[in-house]
Amino acid sequence: MTAPCLTVVRPGLFATIQDLGRVGHQELGMPVAGALDPVALRLANALVGNPTGTAGVEIALLGPALKVEAESVRVAVVGPMALSLERDGQSPAPLEPYRTHTLARGDVLKLGAVTGAAVAYLAVAGGFALEPFLGSLSTYVRAGIGPLGGKPLGDGARLPLVCGDAPSGSDVELPHAPEYGGGAVRVVLGPQEDRFTVEAVETFLSATYRVGKEADRMGLRLEGPALRHKATADIPSDGLVTGSIQVPGNGQPILLLNDHQTAGGYAKIATVISADLPRVGRLSPGDALAFRTVTVEEAEDIRRRQEQTIAGWIRAIRPVRPAGGVDLDALYSENLVSGVVDIVNGNGDVLNAENMNGRAP
Amino acid sequence: MTSIGDVRFTTAGDTAFNVEFGDGIDRPTNARVMALHARLKAAREEGRVAGLVETVPTFRSLLVVYDPAATRRREVQAAVEAELAHAGRAPSAGALWRLPVCYDAELGPDLEEVSAALGLTTERLVDLHGSTEYFVYMLGFMPGFGYMGDLPPELEKPRRTEPRVRVPAGSVAIAGRLTTVYPWESPGGWHLIGRCPVPLYDGARPSPVLLAAGDRVRFDAVDRARFDALAADVAAGRFDPETLRAAS
Repeated sequence: MTAPCLTVVRPGLFATIQDLGRVGHQELGMPVAGALDPVALRLANALVGNPTGTAGVEIALLGPALKVEAESVRVAVVGPMALSLERDGQSPAPLEPYRTHTLARGDVLKLGAVTGAAVAYLAVAGGFALEPFLGSLSTYVRAGIGPLGGKPLGDGARLPLVCGDAPSGSDVELPHAPEYGGGAVRVVLGPQEDRFTVEAVETFLSATYRVGKEADRMGLRLEGPALRHKATADIPSDGLVTGSIQVPGNGQPILLLNDHQTAGGYAKIATVISADLPRVGRLSPGDALAFRTVTVEEAEDIRRRQEQTIAGWIRAIRPVRPAGGVDLDALYSENLVSGVVDIVNGNGDVLNAENMNGRAP
Repeated sequence: MTSIGDVRFTTAGDTAFNVEFGDGIDRPTNARVMALHARLKAAREEGRVAGLVETVPTFRSLLVVYDPAATRRREVQAAVEAELAHAGRAPSAGALWRLPVCYDAELGPDLEEVSAALGLTTERLVDLHGSTEYFVYMLGFMPGFGYMGDLPPELEKPRRTEPRVRVPAGSVAIAGRLTTVYPWESPGGWHLIGRCPVPLYDGARPSPVLLAAGDRVRFDAVDRARFDALAADVAAGRFDPETLRAAS
């Protein structure tokens, strides 16, 4: 009997192991990498009872099929993804995301198309028994850094499991999919907004941009009105962050994501606030976006409220209701969720939350 | 943006800000960046600045990264300003490395063209490049990619107008007043004048990146036979790059 693992029996298109990033080594030129949608990864980890920063599988476009080679394993999927379970050679049965599933030896978990967002996440209870590099299991494909040779999950790859058995207890679910909010993406101007003409800043804040075809974990090339520099686009290379919006000489902005270089020599007009990074991490080619400014203090307040919201979502995790039955625990926890939703949207949308859960009167 | 004296604070969202000491690429400006970097690194390791994630030195500015869920900009900036008041201008000298380079038309495919464009013989170009001690201003672009300067003025030449799609790992290159060794095969727009057989990045080493910002580098010309022998030693795991650390 081999060590417990999930074996990739069909690779999918671009699935990588990611945690919350290889933080703290940018002075070496080491990109942070990590989950494009850290909120989804954190929720997936919460569902299976893992510490928040445990590495999971980030799935883009089309997920892999994974065969369970362990006594049992509990998994959770968070994100808009189709999935199904093939058990005992039967035809695959569809499974729901936003909850855990307890799988048995020989099961094949088929992760399908991710639609409506760029990425979705799979977490396994206990995490993967992989060797961290510089304190992280994030994969930086461009330089082949991270677990599994720093590459996306390939055919036959084995993902060793820390736990060879699923934890006791029943499966749990999020009462509803996480809300990412809509409207313009919020940015703080700078660090080099003074390198742009007044008209360029106005255009940036009023125009609609579209994510171009060149969109990957490094960044999103945006298509829309060109942004003119006062003089040149070039600056002495300085530090970049996830969310930096740099503008090269052609005037078309590039929104940098997690695999961005640590430093760059193009002027940066603005920076997406941290609370909106999960939103932009979910964007795909063709998606439209606009920007509006907030101050640093506002951005910090928004982030703090978002952390409270996420904590509320995690508190609202509940046992999966038996089909058709009325579950009193669920009733009580939904009341809590409604309060949370109130914080999220600021619009007290309690009815909507209840409708989303499909609860009978 | 705020300023204290000639130091500017610019904003990179709610996770970071830059402390800018000037606009140019020069040693005195960079020394101030490195001095503050050293102070803040110590402060972070001693846990004196809550929520400080890391600091990233570049040519003329220090990126200060913080966790907005744990602290606020104004608190981190106040701590940085306090350290700034104590940061000197001369951090202790970094390590001196002596990196072998084979300056060869095959390993440095731009050697002849660049020499001609600069009005130099290749021997003169090699002599000038190899007789200068360089300073590692910063790392970036790829893990372990060091921006080193300053090149002798006779070697100053802008980047190629058409960047190469693939520059071989180990390529020794020049652009502007800077020189580098590509740690990875990657795209690149610098002029390739030779190759270093020792990898500047090796994930199997405890410290995978050889050079640190603030280090110094001298290039020692080696012939093709020596290059091949060193490359073979590296491939066989028989070469310890620590032997390139020179007594300064």
